[in-house]
Amino acid sequence: MAKLHPTPMLDELEKGPWPSFVTDIKRMAAQGKAACADLLGQLELSYKEKEGHWKHGGIVGVLGYGGGVIGRYSDVPDLFPGVEHFHTVRVNQPAAKYYHSDALRKVMDIWDRRGSSMLNMHGSTGDMVLLGAFTDELEPIFAELTALGWDLGGSGSALRTPSACLGKSRCEWACIHTEDICYELTMSYQDELHRPAWPYKFKFKVDGCPNCCVASLARSDCAIIGTWRDDIRIDQAAVAEYAAGKFAAEGGAHGQDVKLDIAKDVVGLCPTQCMSFDGKKLSINNAECTRCMHCINLMPRALRPGTDTGASILVGAKAPILDGAQMGSVIIPFIKMEPPYDEFKEFVEKMWEWWDENGKNRERIGETIQRLGLAAFLAAVEIEPDPRHVKEPRSNPYIFYKEDEVPGGFERKIEDYRKRHAR
Amino acid sequence: MAERLTDIGPPKYDSFWPQVIKDNAGKWLYHDILEPGVLLHVSESGAKLWSVRCGGTRLMTTMMVEDICKLADQFCGGYFRFTTRNNVEFLVTDESKLEPLKKALAAHGSLPVGGTGAGITNIVHTQGWVHCHTPAIDASGVVKAVMDELFDYFGSHKLPAQVRISLACCLNMCGAVHCSDIAILGVHRKPPVIEHSHLDKMCEIPTTIAACPTAAIKPQKVDDFKSVAVNADRCMFCGNCYTMCPAMPLADADGDGIALWVGGKVSNAKSMPKFSKLAVPFIPNEPPRWPTTVNYVKKIVEAYAAGANRYERIGEWAERIGWERFFEKTGLEFSHHHIDDYRFAATTWRTSTQFKW
Repeated sequence: MAKLHPTPMLDELEKGPWPSFVTDIKRMAAQGKAACADLLGQLELSYKEKEGHWKHGGIVGVLGYGGGVIGRYSDVPDLFPGVEHFHTVRVNQPAAKYYHSDALRKVMDIWDRRGSSMLNMHGSTGDMVLLGAFTDELEPIFAELTALGWDLGGSGSALRTPSACLGKSRCEWACIHTEDICYELTMSYQDELHRPAWPYKFKFKVDGCPNCCVASLARSDCAIIGTWRDDIRIDQAAVAEYAAGKFAAEGGAHGQDVKLDIAKDVVGLCPTQCMSFDGKKLSINNAECTRCMHCINLMPRALRPGTDTGASILVGAKAPILDGAQMGSVIIPFIKMEPPYDEFKEFVEKMWEWWDENGKNRERIGETIQRLGLAAFLAAVEIEPDPRHVKEPRSNPYIFYKEDEVPGGFERKIEDYRKRHAR
Repeated sequence: MAERLTDIGPPKYDSFWPQVIKDNAGKWLYHDILEPGVLLHVSESGAKLWSVRCGGTRLMTTMMVEDICKLADQFCGGYFRFTTRNNVEFLVTDESKLEPLKKALAAHGSLPVGGTGAGITNIVHTQGWVHCHTPAIDASGVVKAVMDELFDYFGSHKLPAQVRISLACCLNMCGAVHCSDIAILGVHRKPPVIEHSHLDKMCEIPTTIAACPTAAIKPQKVDDFKSVAVNADRCMFCGNCYTMCPAMPLADADGDGIALWVGGKVSNAKSMPKFSKLAVPFIPNEPPRWPTTVNYVKKIVEAYAAGANRYERIGEWAERIGWERFFEKTGLEFSHHHIDDYRFAATTWRTSTQFKW
């Protein structure tokens, strides 16, 4: 039976309208779950002392995998034996996090019998995160999960669990089949995902359009972002309905009673000023459009992305550790993304090979590119430089020319120079 | 062991799609947010799908999962999904189930409907004191306190545009909050305290030294122990040394707390994606409800709500009015901590006579 600890500070988090994790965990503790009671007890101690109480690391895992389980031990196990071991099991989520109750209940059944009954839906990278297992339970949990068709996600210096927006499954703007790309990459690179062998972590995220709902360009080493090359599709009849105030602005995002002023809200805020509206007809100079999505966002019933679709690939995004946060930089302005994605995978493997050879320990690929230069990276992945790779050309005048770029090479004789110029 | 399954990957993405999605994937024509939290998607075929979005706690128990499963069974044939921002979406294909589902959610009490459109959706966050070994703050508790205060914005569409709030409990930023409208970030302010008697046993000294981005760590012998010394003047409290070496903890009740960052975005719509910029350098840890942090976040949201044009994100608003005006409008103090002094610092200094009084 679980020993319930007094938690006067955490009890304050049961107040207020937002759902309370304390209330939820308390009801599980009341069912006799010692891990839940002791987690609340240890958390209360942290609230009192303003310091965490988990030991640093701990290498645990399942046989044959180098990741997927994060070791965690309490540093006050005598007080809270139910969380003495509190290892995390990362379970690779189905792309875009669709579930059916029957399947998820079976996973929860394993977790009730063998774990803490607490979990994160979901971790930051996308996994279903089972939170708090004892070491002895890890192999049995893994065996039961795989028997049901689930596998572990990534951790450590490995490919991390790829994630995707819901794409074509429920979004009219998806230019690529994000979930299929995510699944295909996950299945093709199981070895890279489960057996860390790189300088550091590597993340793929797949966004269906430039709205970037999974934040791929901020959060993934390789962002795959759906886009198009032809014209935005316009339904002029629907434009007229917007003009007449029949449809809500931005698909109702501001309330059903907020309507559009097409000239001011759509045309006026277009960043490239490539649109015009004469009161009846909306015109777009597509050659000047940068596909930012603003007009499409505001008029979902009248405008849609084009049909010559593919992806822009941006590489190198990461959080600040160590040299500062980076967003992804454009590497492939446009690539078709059709199964089996061979052209993209060839690029990926060239990229990994370069990073594996050149990356320092704990250096994300974005930092390796910073250190060695974007031009060096482009050469390694055999992509021709293009103005789309930069916001602007360099203003720094110090250009590193290579010897073979200069007629006659670098080798000259000083005697020849002195024949022309007195000392 | 011969039958041990490995490398099978996750269930395929369409394993748990309801029939309407199996039939209409790739054919969706448009969407409409009927009311806060209720989305309608209409297919080229005329088929309709209603999604009811609910906020929730990312950290939950199997009892909560069972509650969600039961509601899904009752109203959605068992089908539901989670969003990237920790919301639950119930997928309804029978319109007559929509109102009864909303009533059942209201009766449940811990699944508030909202999180769509020009409001504040659920906060993306990390583990904090619940599970992490390097946090400067708790995560779930801060999120709960902030969302309680902003609750009204979750179930309404009254802001100029969407506001995305994220929380990371240390500078490692597992939550990658650096491109959020408002980022709540746990920070340390004291250099690591070094356990000389154990450092050589627990850590590899060369990799520990190499881990420091400012080269503040050097080898040192203390008594008879091989250890390291930290040049406090060069320490920026990133915690990377502690990640490599458990004998150099940074956590400290007085040193640790919260920094607030504003104006980031990941969307390409209108303006380019942006990093979040420093608004408040430090707020002490105030468990259990972090009132000062909550108050600052509210101040920022209210100044934005009052001053921004419709469709303008926080960062777009701040850039239009100027950051000098942002500090004036929000009442936040500008200090020397707001001026960058690391790698890309000079790119943020003002190199123009254009500014406002």
